[in-house]
Amino acid sequence: MPKIGVYICHCGENIAGAVNIEEVKKFVEKLPDVVVVRDYLFMCSDPGQEIIKEDIRKGLVDRVVVAACTPRTHEPIFRKACEDAGLNKYYFEMANIRDQCSWAHWHEKEKATEKAKQLIAAAVAKARLLEPLEDRYVELNKNVMVVGGGIAGIFAALDLANAGFKVYLVEKSPSIGGNMAKLDKTFPTNDCSACILTPLMVEVANHPNVELLTYSEVEAVEGTVGNFRVKVRKKQTYVDWEKCTGCGACLNVCPPKARVPDEFNEGLSLRGAIYIPFPQAVPKKAVIDPDACISCSGRWFGEEPRRTKDGKPILAPCEKVCPTGACSRDEPRDPNGELIELNVGSIIVATGYRVMDKKHFKEFAPDSPNVITALQMERLISATGPTEGKLIVPSDIPKYLEWKKKVEKGKEAKLEARKPHVITFVSCVGSRDERFHTYCSKVCCMYMLKQAMLLKEKYPDLDIYIFFIDVRTPGKDFDEYYMRCRKLGIKIIKGKVGGVQRLPDERLLVRGYDADLGKPVELISDIVVLATAIEPNTDLKDLARKLGINVGAEGFLRERHTKLYPVDTMTEGVFICGCAQGPKDIPDSVAQAKAAASSAMSLLAPGKMRVEPLISEVNPEKCTGCGICAPLCPYGAIEYVEVDGKRRAKINEAICKGCGVCTAACPSKAITLHGFTYEQVLAQIKTIARKGVIEEV
Amino acid sequence: MSEEWEPNIIVIACNWCTYQAADLAGSLRYSYPPTVKVVRVPCSGRVEPEFVLEALINGSDGVLIGGCHPGDCHYKEGNYKALRRFKLLHKLLTELGIEPERVRLEWIGGSEGLKFAEVMKEFDATIRKLGPNPLKR
Repeated sequence: MPKIGVYICHCGENIAGAVNIEEVKKFVEKLPDVVVVRDYLFMCSDPGQEIIKEDIRKGLVDRVVVAACTPRTHEPIFRKACEDAGLNKYYFEMANIRDQCSWAHWHEKEKATEKAKQLIAAAVAKARLLEPLEDRYVELNKNVMVVGGGIAGIFAALDLANAGFKVYLVEKSPSIGGNMAKLDKTFPTNDCSACILTPLMVEVANHPNVELLTYSEVEAVEGTVGNFRVKVRKKQTYVDWEKCTGCGACLNVCPPKARVPDEFNEGLSLRGAIYIPFPQAVPKKAVIDPDACISCSGRWFGEEPRRTKDGKPILAPCEKVCPTGACSRDEPRDPNGELIELNVGSIIVATGYRVMDKKHFKEFAPDSPNVITALQMERLISATGPTEGKLIVPSDIPKYLEWKKKVEKGKEAKLEARKPHVITFVSCVGSRDERFHTYCSKVCCMYMLKQAMLLKEKYPDLDIYIFFIDVRTPGKDFDEYYMRCRKLGIKIIKGKVGGVQRLPDERLLVRGYDADLGKPVELISDIVVLATAIEPNTDLKDLARKLGINVGAEGFLRERHTKLYPVDTMTEGVFICGCAQGPKDIPDSVAQAKAAASSAMSLLAPGKMRVEPLISEVNPEKCTGCGICAPLCPYGAIEYVEVDGKRRAKINEAICKGCGVCTAACPSKAITLHGFTYEQVLAQIKTIARKGVIEEV
Repeated sequence: MSEEWEPNIIVIACNWCTYQAADLAGSLRYSYPPTVKVVRVPCSGRVEPEFVLEALINGSDGVLIGGCHPGDCHYKEGNYKALRRFKLLHKLLTELGIEPERVRLEWIGGSEGLKFAEVMKEFDATIRKLGPNPLKR
């Protein structure tokens, strides 16, 4: 006869506040095979666990039921306690009377108490049928794939590589660097973004343990923790990267017709169909954008060139100017690129974010070139931006570029671009807005202050207004930064901007509300900067699905537990960091990246991993070899073997994941899913159906 | 029965989605009827039709199977297996004279705590309308 101990947790007031513990205890004491019932304020605390261990050590109990929070977080803790006290840890069962009882039925205390009784009775019914199991061990592949080459991905990769792990760093654009590469300076120290980022980009690219896979995307992921098989598509670059030296000769010869908005400059300037994302790109290699290329020489890759009258081949300008032959169009190129397969033990997702486009905000005159997003402002004031950091109104950037072209050709020219006198910032554009995103994008307050400070320090005559709903500057040295801005004479207005009107002279009329004055205000501004929300990347959901991890309602990746497992996911071996998990600044992204790297390290370093033996097993005595189960298995873990001359199903325990699909389908009940056997689940169901009365077995 | 009849509802929930959603509903304090009690299984594909039938035979008034959304199954395709079995089971229930509305299949994702609570409220209302399970009467 099993000796079951039931341990009821108060969870402070969390459970005891809704569930009458004494009443439950009286009920549970009468359940069959229950020999001990105890309660404690916090069962998971050290003294709480000691109560359980003591009973096991004394031989009072040989099955343990804990009625507390949720097995999702606390089952491993209590199993460990059982094991430490010398009990097979699979002689443990949990009743969820907090998350699924007291919290949900807080105002119906009697009914919550009744439900708790039934849930505990169901757990006891299952505990009577538990069986001892032994853990299995699987070998772990020690390679790691990091997806996303922004600041988070770079740090995760570097930490792992420095610890001796082989890292594949997969980045979808032609260069690593991510959004941080687009920033001018970074708060709260105002150090130049490129100065701190580019050395890291070079370091990670040159690290002997890092294999850089830029212009590549994850196509499919199979396998599980320790043994993931990943298919990565290396997109077609149309430039031979073996030969390309990144000299940039091809960039200027691409014809004007093939020019498209430059992603790196957030559309403030144009780039050619052949391009290097930015001057400090790593790797510094050119790619051809096949959608933009107009095949100006009249031939695509692998086609015969057209010829002049005297028979000479007509080459594309990029092809002609390339000193190494990297741009040659002689050979055909597969538009699908190349599919490669990686074997890794762990995966870190660091795919970052995108900023919301201004087009969604009709009230802020998005058609005006002088209404820009904050990321566009970064480009406008950056020394690597379209104007080399010279501050002009964005509507005059084309004039600037023309002027620059003339000057470069040695011609006399006068720059006739307008300098702004008034700049207005609008906060919470798309964030904290029920129409778009209810969350706070977290970094906007600080970057608006930063941009305002940089502008004001460089151009003291500028009038700068920032409209805030609230100024949110928690963080080390952040509020001091805000006070510095105020002292500089930047005008902070508490209130919302209701609308922006485009004026005929390309200036902008800003209508807002000043909560301190208690009345509407109007001002004429040369540039309006919208702090548009940080959003998850469009393809994040797709990637999450491939990895079997969850996204939250707002579209960011969900961590396993907000507080305790902030970089873990529901798929073991897959970790997350940076803005893919939620909006955050650079220090937080780096901290999370390092956390993800160390989580992957502590997972992989031992080389093997314990896995729960909660998988299916065939009883060859009962199996009739009917053939129903094998085709149902999602992992192909079932094969048929000869046992005493008869066909019998056999489950490969290294492949089985324990879903139980075969177990449910077997007409002879020959397959057992350990931990969730037919008898165990049925006993729980029957007990609840009978309102807490356990059927005698 | 002397006391007023209250439905007895069993939710057989997949560990990765609906069970998580039930936890989330609690932690966000979305309340739903305490008539609902969850039994955890690894996957909706683990649910045997007997589980549902036994629940009804033993006195439950309604059974809801909760799985991951199509395409989101932790085990790739267990939820599709659940869907197929569920459709057959529904036919069988009708033939046995049990209202098929008593047995329901729902896809409730791990982040859908609110949906969990809403579905449970609605299911509880449906069962109340149907009255006690005829097998029990």
